Amino acid sequence: MERELRVSKIAEGTVIDHIDAGRALYVLKMLGLTGSEGLTIAVVMNVPSKKLGRKDIVKVEGVILRGDQVSKIALIAPSATINIIRNYEVVEKVKVSVPPLVEGLLRCANPSCITNQAGEPVRSRFHVVSVRPLRLRCEYCGAELSHEDVVSQLVGGRE
Amino acid sequence: MKGRDVITVLDFSRSEVERVFEETDAMQRALERGERLDVLRGFVMATAFFEPSTRTKLSFQTAMLRLGGSCIDLPPEELSSRAKGESFADTIRMLDAYADVIVVRHRLEGAARFAAEIAAHPVINGGDGTRDHPTQAMIDLYTVRKALGRIDGLVYGVLGDLRYGRAARSFILALTLFNPKKIYLISPPQLASRPEIIERIRERSIEYEEVRSLHEVISELDVLYVTRVQRERFPDPMEYEKVRGSYRVTAESLKGAKPNLVVLHPLPRVDELAYDVDATQHAWYFRQASFGVPLRMALLKLILRG
Ligand SMILES: [Zn+2]
Repeated sequence: MERELRVSKIAEGTVIDHIDAGRALYVLKMLGLTGSEGLTIAVVMNVPSKKLGRKDIVKVEGVILRGDQVSKIALIAPSATINIIRNYEVVEKVKVSVPPLVEGLLRCANPSCITNQAGEPVRSRFHVVSVRPLRLRCEYCGAELSHEDVVSQLVGGRE
Repeated sequence: MKGRDVITVLDFSRSEVERVFEETDAMQRALERGERLDVLRGFVMATAFFEPSTRTKLSFQTAMLRLGGSCIDLPPEELSSRAKGESFADTIRMLDAYADVIVVRHRLEGAARFAAEIAAHPVINGGDGTRDHPTQAMIDLYTVRKALGRIDGLVYGVLGDLRYGRAARSFILALTLFNPKKIYLISPPQLASRPEIIERIRERSIEYEEVRSLHEVISELDVLYVTRVQRERFPDPMEYEKVRGSYRVTAESLKGAKPNLVVLHPLPRVDELAYDVDATQHAWYFRQASFGVPLRMALLKLILRG
């Protein structure tokens, strides 16, 4: 596997490592990458990992992630590390982290929450109850979002 | 406590709740003596009840007037004209410009917290959706303290709609600020307490048990908090008919209770609490209702004057 990864080494772009096994495709989908952009994309799934047991890796040639994309990755893959590659070298390595508060990014699941009221100038705000498993609690109504809810909002919302 | 919002009872520490209770004692003595108070003269309280509630609103208004303050109220026409355009946020901004404190009731959960973020003046939650009713919870615990001299070390039964009923929910949350001996959560499975409430009870290492009928536990209780099981919560009317009898409190169902069992109810009641309980020594709910004004007087004074 190591050899194979070296083969697909990229000149410039982003390597997202330590993605929870099985979630690489969610990460790609959330980033809006379908493969039709013409970018070179490598996806490796379910490889052995000391830290996670098994992990996924995503490599995207020619794309440097923005800050808001990094925070979304944290919600899907809380252990991910993001490596920025220039000229075949890792020039920056960032470990994502789930912020204590997630604002404006997700929708509350409770239809009678004030944040779902049309015409009110209110942004959703969740505080992170736990990272593994991911649980977010609405600061307004107390309703919780599970990891599955978060994934379906972030991934489904891109379509 | 000056300048504080009152959104959920958990915004308060135990000692702050006890401070409110001491002030309530003082207010009650003053009321009994027929004193005329003017500690809030010159202050204005706005009530914005987007959901009807005669009792809570009148109780807040009476409390303010008894302290020499004044009240303004968002009239029902205004609430209906809201449908034509003005947002809740803008209505709160307007009231914030007029009043020193705003009491909000709304059918949506989180409305009071949102109002508190908008308003510079303190906001008191008079009930938001199925979530919080912090002043009711304080009144309830104050009644227990009045009736039994303490809140700690007692066995509580909370009966009825523990899932959607904000009074029951807020009462349980308020109990977690203290050290009850045990809490029995008595409800049909569909109306059991939400996971976050159970989690809170566990975090505080309070003993609790979920049971399906009052009958099983009546002899152990020091306090029984009764709320209504509403027909609307049951998609199948047969299901409702099956369970309603088990959640109806009558003098008969209190046989076997401790002699000084305290029965509470947030009122108004429908048929979940029979009239024949009124004549028993357990009936504390009318006194409980009468504590609404002095407790809200205490809270308004502490928030506006410190
Ligand atoms: Zn919410």
